[in-house]
Amino acid sequence: MSKKLLPRDLPEEELIYPGTRACAGCSFALAYRFALKALGRRTIACTPASCSTVHAGMYPVTSLQIPMLNTAFESTAAALSGIRAALDILGKKDITVLGWAGDGGTVDIGIQALSGAAERETDMIYVCYDNEAYMNTGVQRSGATPYGAFTTTTPTGKRQKRKNMPAIMAAHGVPYVATANPSYPIDLYLKFKKAKEEFKGKTRYIHIIAPCPPGWGFDQSDTIRIGRLATQCGIWPLYELIEGKLVLSKVTRDLVEGKTKRKPVKEYFRAQTRFRTLSDEDIQKIQKEIDRQFETYKSL
Amino acid sequence: MSEKLVLSGNHAAAHACKGARVQVIAAYPITPQSPATELLSRFVETGQLNAKYVCVESEHSAMTVCIAASSTGARTFTATSANGLALMHEQLHWAAGARLPIVMACVNRAVAAPWNVWTDNQDSISQRDTGWIQLYCEDNQEIYDTILQAYKIAEQIYCPVMVCYDGYILSHTLMPVEIIDQNAIDEFLPPFKPYVTLDPDDPKVLNLVTFPWIRHDHPHIEKFGGYPEIRYKLQQTLRSSFDVIERVDKEFGEKFDRQYGIFKEYMCDEADYIILAMGSLASEATVAAEILYEEGYTVGVLSLKLFRPFPAKQLATFAKQSAASTFIVIDRNLSYGYEGALCTDFKAALYTHHVQKNVHGYLLGIGGRDVNVDQIMEIVHKSRKAIEAGQLDKETEWINIMK
Ligand SMILES: Cc1ncc(C[n+]2csc(CCOP(=O)(O)OP(=O)(O)O)c2C)c(N)n1
Ligand code: SF4
Ligand SMILES: [Mg+2]
Repeated sequence: MSKKLLPRDLPEEELIYPGTRACAGCSFALAYRFALKALGRRTIACTPASCSTVHAGMYPVTSLQIPMLNTAFESTAAALSGIRAALDILGKKDITVLGWAGDGGTVDIGIQALSGAAERETDMIYVCYDNEAYMNTGVQRSGATPYGAFTTTTPTGKRQKRKNMPAIMAAHGVPYVATANPSYPIDLYLKFKKAKEEFKGKTRYIHIIAPCPPGWGFDQSDTIRIGRLATQCGIWPLYELIEGKLVLSKVTRDLVEGKTKRKPVKEYFRAQTRFRTLSDEDIQKIQKEIDRQFETYKSL
Repeated sequence: MSEKLVLSGNHAAAHACKGARVQVIAAYPITPQSPATELLSRFVETGQLNAKYVCVESEHSAMTVCIAASSTGARTFTATSANGLALMHEQLHWAAGARLPIVMACVNRAVAAPWNVWTDNQDSISQRDTGWIQLYCEDNQEIYDTILQAYKIAEQIYCPVMVCYDGYILSHTLMPVEIIDQNAIDEFLPPFKPYVTLDPDDPKVLNLVTFPWIRHDHPHIEKFGGYPEIRYKLQQTLRSSFDVIERVDKEFGEKFDRQYGIFKEYMCDEADYIILAMGSLASEATVAAEILYEEGYTVGVLSLKLFRPFPAKQLATFAKQSAASTFIVIDRNLSYGYEGALCTDFKAALYTHHVQKNVHGYLLGIGGRDVNVDQIMEIVHKSRKAIEAGQLDKETEWINIMK
């Protein structure tokens, strides 16, 4: 690409109107807006029980300007298969089928349906917006909650690590897997565009970090900063897995190549109250793991 | 041209779906349902049926695919049994609440634990409160005809329909079945007209969170109310669906010479005792009734086809007009801790409509234990003796069981 894309260059049309029921400072709401700018109106979305159910509004008022099916918590990907099957048999072409599910609805209760849909090579874009806990029900632990994080069911901090869902999806042979971050909206936008245009007709999986002010314990004005920190310290690397091959996105590649300096993970952890019980020792351990991870990136 | 084929109940169901031009099928294997969906997948793969067959990874996903495809405007079908139906439970509520005219076959089988693949009605009866219409079949022709009728009923009132038939006894037994000419079916069953669909040209969000109260801050909702109003409409639709169900059956009868009614009477006119049962158990009872007649006892059989919505008034009216003193309800299911579901519902129907009869409940054939004519005759004699002895408070009895 010759000219650098800026947020103001993106389509002006908003497919999510202001006044959603998400909290102030909610990052997945932002990611959703940018994603739909890339996907456009000819999209049918589907959402399971989660914060995004609430985000859509209360009957009969909705913020969404695209058709959306609310579905049961564990059933998003199966519903996408159903929508696609119906569109195919009815001869309706050029419609993107989009799943918009939380981490609980993806890595825990919905993993079976998602695995099945991926194996069936369902023509869909499945998004996991990952706020790293069950926020809708009051911040309980999920399989995506990171080590050390406080949730209402890990009151002294989670003792286990999170699942690596993008790797799980890549292991299914999903041809396009990517991570994204609403603090990097252009990168996010372009990934959705690529998913839609270059991998049309295939199974696509995008995993988006979704900083959550009430769930993570930071001020609602800090959402963008926290999201940036996550990537800048290496906790949330931005990459694509194209036919299983790892391609680092520019922000992360710059960190690997030393063009920008990677921030210490401590800065990220200490900016959120959910990690208040995480010891300095633990933080050091995690720092070492991230360092090692970045060493492997170097050898790419 | 219609043709006669010798088919199992499962294959009769698959042929009916083909005739109904089902568009999206999603199913997961379970005994004794599997041959129905296997044949459907063959119809699809060999181009005999223009449909999408989604090989899902669970029954929960099967019902989800039907829900999503129906919400997108396609005619859908699934089939399952026992634990598969139990796994669908959440989505059965969803399908009815979302008012989707999905048709499914429930090939009745006992529910684990312990494992058992043989027939009883515990699976479908356990789902009676989900808002689905439930129709029970007595033979393979009835399975075929009922599925065709089910689509017509479902799509007129936007309610899902479960067509139930006994595992093995019907699902795996061969009988001649008349396959109706495709043009005639098309005339009977027009293409599906969805009420709302997921459509980018007319975007709508379906199944939004809906408040318990009537919102007064929005002009639209005042007209439509909140969650209770949506649920009230489902109930109203079901309670007033008898007309539609009977009309569809009548039209089917006029066109194809077979009509079933919401219940079938057999030798009831002069009967002192009437057996009330569903499915193949009711057919078995007719044989018992004939033998008992030879022996000098007048016994009728009432075979209930429509279990939900429950035709309480129709049954009570029938009972009132009948000369029978005693109704013998034989259930192949049990609301554990009480009695068979049909027995409870029938008694409530009589009470509501001020009809006084003796009602004796029996449990028979649970978990596929063989049901035979002798047992049914034994049941009638038990009731007769109890009545003759003046015993008015006979409780439900489990027959042919090691106590
Ligand atoms: C079968 C089922 N179990 C539990 C719930 C309750 N429930 C609703 S949303 C939710 C958590 C959602 O978490 P996640 O998917 O991470 O989305 P988030 O709310 O964090 O955005 C739970 C447990 C449900 N709706 N359905
Ligand atoms: S709880 Fe968190 S994820 Fe949910 S709406 Fe609020 S900010 Fe967004
Ligand atoms: Mg979450």
